[in-house]
Amino acid sequence: MSGSYLAKRLLLTLPTLFGVIVIIFVLLRVVPGDPIAMMVPPEAGPEDVARLRAVYGLDKSMVQQFAIFLGALARGDFGTSISLKQDVFGLVVGRLPATLELALVSIVFSLAAGLALALIATHLRGRWPEWLIDGFNSVALALPEFLWALLLVLALGVLVPLLPISGRFDPAVELPLATQFYLIESLVRGDFSLAAHLLPYLIMPALALSLPLIAVITRVLKSSLQDALAQDYVLFARINGFSAARILVRYALPNALIPAITVAGVHFIFLVGGTVLVELIFSYPGIGNMLYGAAVYRDLPLIQGVTIAFAVLFVLLNLLIDLLYLVINPRVRHS
Amino acid sequence: MTVLTIEGLRIMIGSVPILRGVDLKIDRNRVHGLVGESGAGKTMVGKAIINALPDAARITGGAIRFDGRDLIAMSVRERRRLLGRSIAMILQNPMTALNPVIRIGEQMADILAYHLEVSRRAAAERAAEMLAAVHIREPGRVLRLYPHEISGGMCQRVAIALAFACEPQLIVADEPTTALDVTVQYRVLRLLKEMQGRTQSAVLFVTHDLGVVAKVCDDVSVMFAGRIVESAPVADLFAYPRHAYTAALLAATPRYDLPASTLRPIPEALRARLWQEAFADDRIAGRV
Amino acid sequence: MRVWGWRANPRLVFGAFVALLLLVCTLFAPLLAPHDPMDQDLLNQLRPPVVMTGNDPAFALGTDELGRDLFSRLIYGAQPAVLVMVVGATLSGIVGVGLGLLAGYFGGWIDTGVSRVVEIFMSFPPMLIAIVLAAVIGPGLDTVIIAVVVIGWTRVCRVIRGEVLAMRELDFVTSARAAGVSHLRIIFHELVPNLAPLLAVLFGLEMGRAVVTEAVLAFIGFSSSDIATWGAMIAGGRSYLYQAWWITALPVAVIALSVLGLNALGDGLRQATDPLLRR
Repeated sequence: MSGSYLAKRLLLTLPTLFGVIVIIFVLLRVVPGDPIAMMVPPEAGPEDVARLRAVYGLDKSMVQQFAIFLGALARGDFGTSISLKQDVFGLVVGRLPATLELALVSIVFSLAAGLALALIATHLRGRWPEWLIDGFNSVALALPEFLWALLLVLALGVLVPLLPISGRFDPAVELPLATQFYLIESLVRGDFSLAAHLLPYLIMPALALSLPLIAVITRVLKSSLQDALAQDYVLFARINGFSAARILVRYALPNALIPAITVAGVHFIFLVGGTVLVELIFSYPGIGNMLYGAAVYRDLPLIQGVTIAFAVLFVLLNLLIDLLYLVINPRVRHS
Repeated sequence: MTVLTIEGLRIMIGSVPILRGVDLKIDRNRVHGLVGESGAGKTMVGKAIINALPDAARITGGAIRFDGRDLIAMSVRERRRLLGRSIAMILQNPMTALNPVIRIGEQMADILAYHLEVSRRAAAERAAEMLAAVHIREPGRVLRLYPHEISGGMCQRVAIALAFACEPQLIVADEPTTALDVTVQYRVLRLLKEMQGRTQSAVLFVTHDLGVVAKVCDDVSVMFAGRIVESAPVADLFAYPRHAYTAALLAATPRYDLPASTLRPIPEALRARLWQEAFADDRIAGRV
Repeated sequence: MRVWGWRANPRLVFGAFVALLLLVCTLFAPLLAPHDPMDQDLLNQLRPPVVMTGNDPAFALGTDELGRDLFSRLIYGAQPAVLVMVVGATLSGIVGVGLGLLAGYFGGWIDTGVSRVVEIFMSFPPMLIAIVLAAVIGPGLDTVIIAVVVIGWTRVCRVIRGEVLAMRELDFVTSARAAGVSHLRIIFHELVPNLAPLLAVLFGLEMGRAVVTEAVLAFIGFSSSDIATWGAMIAGGRSYLYQAWWITALPVAVIALSVLGLNALGDGLRQATDPLLRR
């Protein structure tokens, strides 16, 4: 049952992806500035410009270009970056792990923190911790990751210089790693000193990304926990003599997670989107960061590559969340 | 032998008195019915015993003595130790009483392991035994199901099984059959009586249905406006009701063997008088 | 019951205060600012604000890397921010509400079409769209406004569509239809007034988002470079974070305050206009 559901969901994502690709294609082809003109040296003549244009296929009709474009995409050929003179696919794949690692660490941290805060706020209802957590939530939610990133840089990086404010690691340190997933790989290998070295670089960017998500999770989970606690099965557990803490975790929480995941799931996607700005502020070498240079140089192929990468990421994330919901809610599983 | 004694219990919600000095005695191996109209406060009595009162409710007087000790004065810890083991409850709506996202077997094993202090495996076996005892066919299959996959009647059987599992001294049943169909009601009531006979537990059976009381209960107390109006063994009460309200209640109960014209609603004048008495007592005691 | 005033609706008061402040700075910048915001004074670079040592009282909040007065730049920076946020939020609102109403009310293929487009837009990080648009169109304030609208309309559209879908089934609409009232009249007479509280909140939120978008695009350099913008101030200050952190901190604080204030304004307006909450 879930196999066919999965296939059906995957199939439904295709029209969206197609729409995305069409929009990217059209948008970048109507660019007023001429990237070719920016590339050629001043002494070049019109024939050189025309030749270069032909090389990038920019002299054919729109429809023709689109057909070529689609064909190339299918082959995995995303073109060559105009500014960096390398294969776009390779560039994107090379930087993708950094962004993925940052997003993953942020999401995991958000889930853990949100869960903890919601449980505390519910257990200590009516007392000052709940009040504090509510206040924190309002502020965390109101400000976007861009501002949080800057505030963190100022607070923890400059005024009280606790953490590094740029990059993924100290260039002076050797990295005996095979993949680009630095932190994950170092943990898997058990190289904890390396992981400890890498972690400070992730803390602030991850925190900047997480704060809005933590606020959302805490709020939704707290509300659904309260709903769950009002239910009869909690009463039943209480009259069976279970302690409040046990009831909260074993009885209320699994039920409360269901609506919470639904709402929070959407925000995972916002978090991934936030990497675009956060990577810029922290000079973090992920795909979000690569966008800026590409934008300034009007590097179409690279802009295209990064945009498509994000779109695919989002679509996959959506799918993952649907599946997660399926796993958590037994009622849906059986229908 | 008396299992539970309630003396002068008073409960208020805000400034509204809900219970105005309830006195009740329940003996071992006796099913004690508690009847009254909605709003009479009978559910509150049950909830007070098992410590499930709503947050807004305050106990402003009286005692609930179980096994010689006052439940109200007890610490939270001690009370929790009694719940489920010595005092159990059967709720009105069986479907919602079970956690919808955990399998029935797991939930039962949880509760049994906790109360009987045995391993999970032993608890699981006991759960299967209990299900068989309440006449559920294929207990093994049911244990693996989720609550929404079984019927209301079966849910109530599971609830009964859990309630009787530790052979408690007292069981509080709060309208256990109200949410079920009539045919299922009969079977569940019969099961309840059977289990009670086996464990010799005392049962406080809260209901508004006098017919059920006649079938299942040994003693009965009638409540109105937060007070016990009359208390007697069932046969005595039905044959010779001493309080005017009890008589009126009996007259208002439909009977198949008598024509509808014999049905008498409870006279407004009687109710008004009883309410006035209740308020007067409150004022005298300086409570309102 | 009072719906205005500090006690009854603190959010509205705070929000209105912030909005007013922004408006005043925008309209009266030349009167309020002590210096020309673009005026460079290379002898007075990186001066700290008056509360710190090494300051120059002529520059109340200090100067940036080119000796420009920060206080003046902050005041003048409100102009592009307010322009973008008012125009951007209004246009997003018009497009979003228009399409949301159509999609929610008429349903069918209109709804499918609009929903599909919204879904495609939401497959991108909003800032990504903004940056790509800016790259395509080129820097400038109009680019920023276009970016704000392109990102913002989808949010408004989704919410409005949802509301209209729900309202469509309510009795007051079905009875109007039964009485033969035209669709147009129903939309403008029945639905829109009920949407007003929601629109107030959305407007506030979108303005807050627009301020951030404007700041971000200015930060990257895709806004107008002839005028003082908060984003450009942040960007400029980044190279001097350790020596002159206030260059970045001040505009960040101002933007944060604006966002909080605008959100509060939206919340407060909803509280004030929602008849259900007015008890």
